[in-house]
This record gives sequence, structure tokens and C-alpha cells, in this order.
Amino acid sequence: MSTLPWLHPDRVALIEKALSERIMILDGGMGTMLQGHQLDESGYRGERFSGGLDSRHEHSHDHPGECDLKGNNDLLLLTQPEIIRGVHMAYLEAGADFVETNTFNATRVSQADYHLEHLVPELNREGARIAREACDAMTALTPDRPRFVIGVLGPTSRTASISPDVNDPGFRNISFEALTANYVESARALIEGGADTIMVETIFDTLNAKAALFALTELFDELGARVPVMISGTITDRSGRTLSGQTAEAFFYSVEHIRPLSVGLNCALGAEDLRPHVQMLSRIAGSAVSTHPNAGLPNAFGEYDETPEAMASTIASFAAEGLLNIVGGCCGTTPAHIAAIAAAVAPYPPRVRLDATQAA
Amino acid sequence: MTTLRHTRLSGLEPLILTPDLNFVNVGERTNVTGSAQFRKLIKEGRYEEAVDVARQQVESGAQIIDINMDEGLIDSEAAMTRFVNLISSEPDIARVPIMVDSSKWTVIEAGLRCMQGKGIVNSISMKEGEALFLQHARKVRQYGAAVVVMAFDEVGQADTKERKIEICSRAYELLVNEVNFPPEDIIFDPNIFAIATGIEEHNNYAVDFIEATRELKKRFPSSHISGGVSNVSFSFRGNNPVREAIHSVFLYHAIAAGMDMGIVNAGGLSIYDDLPEELRERVEDVVLNRRPDGTERLLEIADKYKGGKAEVAVETAAWREKSVVDRLSHALVHGIDQFVVEDTEELRLISKRPLDVIEGPLMTGMNVVGDLFGAGKMFLPQVVKSARVMKKAVAHLIPFIEEEKKISGDSAKNNGKIVLATVKGDVHDIGKNIVGVVLQCNNFEVIDLGVMVPTQKILDTAREVGADIIGLSGLITPSLEEMSQVAREMQRQDFHVPLMIGGATTSRAHTALRIEPHYKSPTVWVKDASRAVGVAQSLVSKDLIDEFMIKVRADYAEVRERHKGRGTGKQLVTLAKARAQRYVGEWQAYEPPTPRTPGITAFEDYDLAELRTYIDWSPFFNAWELAGRFPAILTDEVVGVQATELYNDAQAMLDKLIAEKWLTAKGVIGFWPAAQVGDDIEVYAEVGTAKRKPVATLRHLRQQVDKPVERPDFCLSDFVAPKDSGLQDWIGGFAVTAGIGIDEHVARFEAGHDDYSSILLKALADRLAEAFAERLHERVRKEFWGYQPDEALDNDTLIAEGYRGIRPAPGYPACPEHTEKGTLFELLEATTHTTVQLTEGFAMFPTAAVSGWYFSHPDSQYFVVGRLGREQVEDYAKRKGWDRTEAERWLAPYLDYDPD
Repeated sequence: MSTLPWLHPDRVALIEKALSERIMILDGGMGTMLQGHQLDESGYRGERFSGGLDSRHEHSHDHPGECDLKGNNDLLLLTQPEIIRGVHMAYLEAGADFVETNTFNATRVSQADYHLEHLVPELNREGARIAREACDAMTALTPDRPRFVIGVLGPTSRTASISPDVNDPGFRNISFEALTANYVESARALIEGGADTIMVETIFDTLNAKAALFALTELFDELGARVPVMISGTITDRSGRTLSGQTAEAFFYSVEHIRPLSVGLNCALGAEDLRPHVQMLSRIAGSAVSTHPNAGLPNAFGEYDETPEAMASTIASFAAEGLLNIVGGCCGTTPAHIAAIAAAVAPYPPRVRLDATQAA
Repeated sequence: MTTLRHTRLSGLEPLILTPDLNFVNVGERTNVTGSAQFRKLIKEGRYEEAVDVARQQVESGAQIIDINMDEGLIDSEAAMTRFVNLISSEPDIARVPIMVDSSKWTVIEAGLRCMQGKGIVNSISMKEGEALFLQHARKVRQYGAAVVVMAFDEVGQADTKERKIEICSRAYELLVNEVNFPPEDIIFDPNIFAIATGIEEHNNYAVDFIEATRELKKRFPSSHISGGVSNVSFSFRGNNPVREAIHSVFLYHAIAAGMDMGIVNAGGLSIYDDLPEELRERVEDVVLNRRPDGTERLLEIADKYKGGKAEVAVETAAWREKSVVDRLSHALVHGIDQFVVEDTEELRLISKRPLDVIEGPLMTGMNVVGDLFGAGKMFLPQVVKSARVMKKAVAHLIPFIEEEKKISGDSAKNNGKIVLATVKGDVHDIGKNIVGVVLQCNNFEVIDLGVMVPTQKILDTAREVGADIIGLSGLITPSLEEMSQVAREMQRQDFHVPLMIGGATTSRAHTALRIEPHYKSPTVWVKDASRAVGVAQSLVSKDLIDEFMIKVRADYAEVRERHKGRGTGKQLVTLAKARAQRYVGEWQAYEPPTPRTPGITAFEDYDLAELRTYIDWSPFFNAWELAGRFPAILTDEVVGVQATELYNDAQAMLDKLIAEKWLTAKGVIGFWPAAQVGDDIEVYAEVGTAKRKPVATLRHLRQQVDKPVERPDFCLSDFVAPKDSGLQDWIGGFAVTAGIGIDEHVARFEAGHDDYSSILLKALADRLAEAFAERLHERVRKEFWGYQPDEALDNDTLIAEGYRGIRPAPGYPACPEHTEKGTLFELLEATTHTTVQLTEGFAMFPTAAVSGWYFSHPDSQYFVVGRLGREQVEDYAKRKGWDRTEAERWLAPYLDYDPD
């Protein structure tokens, strides 16, 4: 929508070139890879937070160490950066063109659950920096195939268009303005840390995403330049709607004003269940179309068990149908899945984009 | 010829403005300037009925709804926000796009901030110049909406064809060239003015609009032409049949000229061909300005058609004609609560018992909702609405049910009490709320603890109310583990109440494998709300429970059998390796500080005014679910006002409770010679480093985390000099309370139904106890142990623990095993000195109490022991003189293995 110049025109040109030549590969799940490290509370805290507090900041705790930090995966950027870097490298080695920063919950509202709001800029900056280092290291090995950092803006833990109070459907526990402020802060730090693009992802409430897009336009105005925006919604179940009730088509019309580099769907469902919705986006979107499904639906233990072969075979049929420009994996996917997907889509040409994206 | 881009709008569903739509109806009734009825509803705050006006518009065929709150006596921004939020929760309204209509930009922006779909802004214009016009247009793009441009410039509102074309064309060029606005997202409103007013200049207004439309559509084929249709007939106010005829004729010609959108009363449009010949002809004369006496000729016959069709206030929807049972079912399924009380009452009067209403039609309706939701034909917001309808119906029936019980002598006994909670770490509660409603409808008393409920709160409440069942809910995967922990904790604390498990990620398999084995009393997974009643009834019935549980247990045993061989295989290091990687102090170079006041020092009645300045306020606000750090929270954009109010109330109560001595603070501290022996700390009565017999041995646990060699696996005993070091080291302990005397005041507040004050007092007592612990620790460092006599730290630094030494509390992460509190209390004679008692579960009473150990070593630090291997548990049991089972019971939450 904006006619501002690109912040990194050369990087955008490289992405555009790759998109016109082949189906590009996103990375896979971060959570699954972290579970493999079996980190406990002290693992999450690392040394910096081992005393029950952030040793670099004044930070109040009722009882020392009472607020568990286990599960705050974004915090690992600061306490276990080598693990995060290792996951990025594993995906790059598996063939990913894009790595997504480990910043899904690095917003003020989400970090408030851990009383770690003050870390938000640092988490995003480090998230982008670590991904940048991994991408640059890989690009040095395969100069003909540059790798790119996607700065991730997650959905936050609140919903702007759904009431949390059964007795008052008009009530909201987060405002558009508050979300916008959250996203400006996170996105600014992602760009500072070296993100090539920003992806607003796992959108289950489109109003949250619209706040993120609004924030990005504000930030671009402030910077006097923009980076490509990627958008990925989430169809929460087989009803074919987002959590906030929109169809995939209605969702796309709500966000296309940003003139995204790509639009797609991720999470909640496996590839097969996403097929009709990806087909819809492929029909109506002028931009590139992406998808990064889960490795099937969760089993009884909340684990995902679709094999790399099974998932890659479904994705290959998407590619054969001409639906895809960018593909990767979400929950439950591993480097083995990404390697299998990359191999499976390699023979197919990318989807023909309806209109060239934003010529600046 | 280039292909035209279609305007793509959305609510929950898409609306693409293709030429074959011909004309898009924008519902006009949700407009306070156009509808007296809607204005009244909004002014009186009757939003539920106002929402029905919107619903009726959509049901009548409105493809977009226009919302306008421009009224001097209404807070338009607040009304816009509330109304858009409300209709967003109504899927049968929210499916269509919204047009936010205001002459005030701030009101438009308020509406845009609540819309997830792509809607329309109505309107912007060049009335106040190009700069503001462009600024607003850019914002509209940022919010992702289409825009109505009114034919209005610096000179005024366009009335002639030429002016309309000129202004719209200028606006178009600006939008497309300056703002990059997509042509298809531009909608012109070339102004529809009233005709047949008796003023000659007005006679050509309709023609001017129609002809301008024709030209604009030719120039800008991707853009659209809209207008407020009812303006044209304004002079026939009070004669709706004639007004509707004028609308029909006007639209017939305007649409032919290219008008493709209009704000209309979607339910009140006559069909051009159905108009009586005479009326249509005379109306056409006026609209098309075909003869100078047109107005007079229409007035001549107007009265003849008046009253043919009176305006119906709120059109009665067809479903209201059905039987009362069907109406209730319809209301539930559609989430309409407008008539639910009267319908419920009507059905109650013809039912044998009030409970029949619940068990019959209401439950049937809820089952339909459950089925539709399960089949993906209904989605979340609507289910929530349905639950609300159910609650209102039940609330109406409850007094009658109570009354009936009195008469039948069936004392107010219900089926049983159920404590429901969404477990710690999870905020999802819609499913749980629905289960709660359904259970209440079936005469269970439901105590709903809400979301993110800590285990102990669930268990304490269950004990307190004498629950018959505990129900746990969760939606996110980490909740699975949390539920398993709750079950272990229930077993550890010797509960026998049946446990129900539900929520989206739960499953029969997970319950069978990871929950049921940890809890010996009945544990049942409940698939969905509709099953909850059957399960609950079986669990509370003496006749049914045994047979029911035999079936459930057999079922779960079979599931476990099938899943055999799947393990978790977590990796802890061996106890030997963890001990080898202990923290080792440089004892040779270390001189342990000697306390200035060895032995016990008691504080009989500590000055609350002094403690007040040591309060850490941030957790106080967190306790009230106001997120933020003190003092920034007081000026926080979102919660600042509430936080300030709460803080002022707290200060006022503090003034009072100190002045009137509501509470008494007592504390005790002690220091004893001590030495580290393995993972234990031996405590001695006398100073000396020769062979001594300990008076107590403190048992501690060691981390077994796989860490790099340079990072120790900590145990608290590491921070005391080893027995063989030849050093004389010390350990300290403390217990404090600020809750003595609180009961009397809590009871006083509760008797006056003043829950606010009661909770406030409890929260303040907790804060004072924490402040007491903080203040005493400071004095310990400076005076009593005295190893940092010159320490001078402000309260913030104290709160941030920027000092030497720690005060870990038994039961908290560094020393998680609670029974050690018993040893601490004995050493301190804490109950004698402070009146604080330990419960069976080693919780402190009064609850506004804190106790713990003091360590003075400069390297001493807080850490989390985390999970324990079987080897360490066995070792710990031996040291405590327990059998392994008892150790496993006390350490249940930390076990890294399934005890047999």
C-alpha cells in the first residue's frame, strides 16, 4: 500500500528472483526441536535468570523463582542461543530458503505472562540476529542460493474481536491500539536485528493481524522504508473458519491492503485438511501463496506424528496442482520433514502469481 | 479494454461487488440519525435490542450494514465501539461487511478498530481541504477499508450535476495518484437531496444525481456510486407508502444510470412494477422533474395511499410465530436472548415442574448447539452466545425450582457440588463455562474458579466447599501435564473426590496413561459438555458409581495395554554425577561470618507502619489481575485508572488498619552453628568444630540437570562450609506473620456483602507478611547476623534482591519438599513465638505468613531443583527415614518417573 522504497532493495530483488524461478522453502517447527532438548526450568532460565530474576534488570518477584519460565521458548534466545542457532542451521541444511525467527511470543502482552515485558525489544533483536547469523553462514557455503530471515510476529495471547466474558459479548481484554503498540515495538527490533521480511503468522483473529499490519505501516513511515510483509492465517478446525469466524476468502480480503509478498495458511491442521483453503487463496491472491501445515493433527498426547514421507507426498500434490510459491512446516515438523518437502516440490514450477508484487 | 477489478469486502464471509449483483443494499436502520427507534435504544443503553435491529436488517437482505451514532447526547465513539464489538459476536450479523458512518473522524476510527473484516468508511470529503482529505484517505488504507467520498469541497456540498462530477473527479485523481488508493475501493456519494419540497430549485435534484451518476460511472468504471436513498422523499415524512414509492422509482432510474449501492431500509423496499399505476406515474413525474406541477399532483393523491402500510417498529420475525418449545430452541441455537425470559416463563406455566423446562427444551436446544459446533456448522462466538441465553433462562427458573423444593419438602439439596477450573498456565475457558452452565442446569452446584487456577487453590476450594467432584479443563498442550500434576497432588494430599477431565487437547488415552494412574479415586475423561451430565450423575450416585467405574477402569486399562512400550525417556544425570558437579566454595580462602545474636530472637508485635514502606506493590496488583510494574502501572494507559483507584483504596485501608490495629505482626529468627555433610546440613547447639552431635539435620535436594561442566548442579547445602573444612559456619531461619486478627475483620466485611474490602484486606495482609520477611532479612544482614553492616539499599533494590545472601522457603523451587518446614518450625519454636501453625500438608496458617532459611555465603543463590530421578528419591527417603512411597508422595510433582 505504501510507495516507500525498500529498506534492502537488493535482498528483495533476490527473493523476487527466487520466487519467479522455483518453489521456495520455509523452515519447520521450532517447538518440536526444542522439546528434543528436554530443557527443564533451570534450562530455560540459563544463568541469567537462574536466581529467579533477570540478573541484568531489576525485576520484582514475590517469591524468588516462583514464576515458572519453562515453556517461554522465546526466552531461549537469551539463555540458550546455541540451541536456537542449531535449530536454524538444521533447517537451513535441510534446504530451507527462509528461517523464521524464534519470536512467536516476543510481544509485550505475551511476555506479560512471565513478567518479562522488559525483554521484548531484546528478544526480537536477538531473534533476528541469531537467524541472520545462521542464514549468512549458510549463504557463504551456497552463494548461489541466498537464505533469508523472516521476522515473526505472532498472534499474542489475546483476541481483539472475541469476548473472553460469556456474559458480555461486547467486552474485549485487548484493544487495537494496545496491539498496535506491541507490534510496532517487536517489529522495529526484528528489523534492527536484521530481518529481511516480516511475517504476521498464525492469525486466528484477523483483527489482531490488522493491528499488526497497521503497526507495520506506521513503522515503515517512521523508518522511511519498508520490508516485504508475509501473512499467514490459521484455519482452526474443519469448519473451515478462523477462530474469529472468517472463511479463508474473507480473511484474505481483510488483509490484502498491505499488498503482501505472500499470503498463506499455517498451523492447526495438516496439509490435507488445508488443501481446499490453499486452493482458494491460490485462486484469489495476487501475491505469492504459502503454506506451512502441521505434521498432521495432534494425537492423544498432543504430539504430531505425520511422517516426512507422508507430508511431503501431500505437499507434492499441492505443487503439482500449481498452488504453491512458498512451503514449509509448522507444529511437529522437523528438518527431516523439510528435507523431504524440499525434495518433493523440486521438480515442480512455482505457482504463477496473478500480479507481480509491489514494484517499489 | 482493461478488465475491471472488483471490490472485495468481507465480514465473516466475503462480499465481492461484481456487476451481476446489480445493486448492493446497505442496511440503514442502525443509524441514530435516520431511525428514531434505534436512537432511542442506543440512548437508553438497550444494546441487546439495538443488536436485533441489525439482525433484522441482515435477515431482510441487507448485504452491508451502515452504523451511525452521530447524536449530540450520545458518546458516539463509545457507542460505536460497543455496538461494533457486540455485533461482531453475532455470526448471523457479522457475516456481512460493516459501513462505519460518521461525520466525525474519531468515531469512524473507533469503528475501524473493532472490525476484523474489510468494511467501508462513510465518509470522507474535501470539505476541510485536500490535506485533511488525503490524511484520512491514507488512514482508511492503513485500516484496510473501502471509502465513500462525499461530493463536498471547500466551497460546499455539490447540488448540480456539474458540481457533483467536478468534485468527485477531483477526489478520484487525488486518491489514486496521491494515496495509491485502489479505484475499486472508491465509492462516490454524489448527494441525494430531498425533492418535492415546494421549492423550485429542489425539483431537479434527483435528475442531477442520476445524470451525475451516469457520467461518473462512465469515467470511473471500477468505482461505485452510492447514496442515502431515504433523503429523496424527506418531504413526505409520515407517509411511508408514498416515500417507499418514491424510493422505488428513484432507484429504478438511478440504478439504470449506474448507481450500484445505496443505503436503504432493506426490509421496506417496494417493487417498481408492483406500484399502483397512478402513484407510480405521479412519483415518476416528480423524480424525473417531468412537469412543473408534479409536486402538487403527487400531493393530491398522497393521502389516499397513506396508512396502507404502517411502519412496524421491529418486524416480528417468522420464528416468533412458532410454538414456545420451538422458539426456545431457535433462541438457543441463534443465541438470541431478547425473548428468552418471557418464553421460558410461558413454558414454565404449562410445564409440570420448572425443572422440566431445563431438562426438556433447553437441554435439547443446547444439544443441537453442541452437535452443530461439533460438525463445524457453528463456530465459537455463537456457542458463547447460546450459553448466555441458557444462563438467562436458568436464572429465571431457579427461584421457582427453589420454591418447589421447599413445598415438596425436598430440602434445598442439589445433585452435588462440582468445583471447575481451567488449570494453571491456560486461559481457555469457554468449554469449561459451557460445561458449568449445563451442569448447573442439571441441578449441580457449580463453583467455577475461572482460568489459570493453581493446583492448591482448586484443592483448597474443594475441601472448603466439600466438593463432590473436581473438574479440570484445558485447551493447550502444556495443560495435559498440569492436569497430571493436579492428579498427583490430589493423591499426595489424600483426596478421594472424583476427578473429571475435559477440554480440547485432553483424550481418553492421555487420561488413561498419564492422569488416572496417579489418582486412586475415580478419574474420568469427559468428551464434551453433553456427556458431562451423565458422567457427573454417575459419579455422585451411590447406586451407579461402582458399576460405572468398573467399566471406565477396564476401558482405561485396555488403553494402557495398547499403548505399552511408549516411554518419555527424559534425561537426568545420575545422582553421583550431579554430586560430582556440585558447587564448590573456595573454603580455604573463606571466613564465615559469625552472627551477632546467635540463637533465637522473637518479635512480639512488629510495627506495621515500618513494614508498610517495605511493601512490594507489583505482586499486589498482579493479585488483582492488573498487569504491570509498580509504580508505572498507576499511569498505565490501559489499567492505570483502575490501578490508581485500587492503590488509593489500599492506602486508605492501610491507614486504618494500622491506626486501629486490626492486624498484629509477629516474627522469629534464629542462627545456629551448621556444617555441610553431603546434601544435608547439620545444625548444632554449640559452637565448635570438633566432633559434635547435631540437634537437627536439614535435608536438601540436588539438581540433576545435564549441564556443561562449568555450571554446577546446585543443592542448598553447597552454600554452607563442609564439616571437614575446619570452618565454623552458620545457618539461619525465620518465620513471620502479619495475619493475626484478620478473621474478625474478614467476617465483618463478608457479613456486609463487601467482598471487595475482604479481598483487599487479605491481599494487604499477604503484602505486609512479605514486607516483614524482606525487612527482617535486611536487619539480619545489617544487625543480627551483621555481615553487611553498611548495606544501604532502597526498596527497589531490595525487591530486586540486589544483596548478599538468600532466604529460600521450604516448598519453593530451591528446597521444594514441604516437610522440612516442620524442622524449621521446631528449631525456631515458631508456633510459640508467632502463633503460626502448620497444617497437615505443611501449609502455614494464618496464610499471611512467610518462613525460610537464611544463607549468608556470597555465592548463595536461588535456583530450581527441578525433576528428580528414582535414585535421588530413594536416597532422600533413606536420609529422611521414610520408605520410598512416602518420599514419592511428598515429591510427587518433581518425580521424573512413574512411581509404581
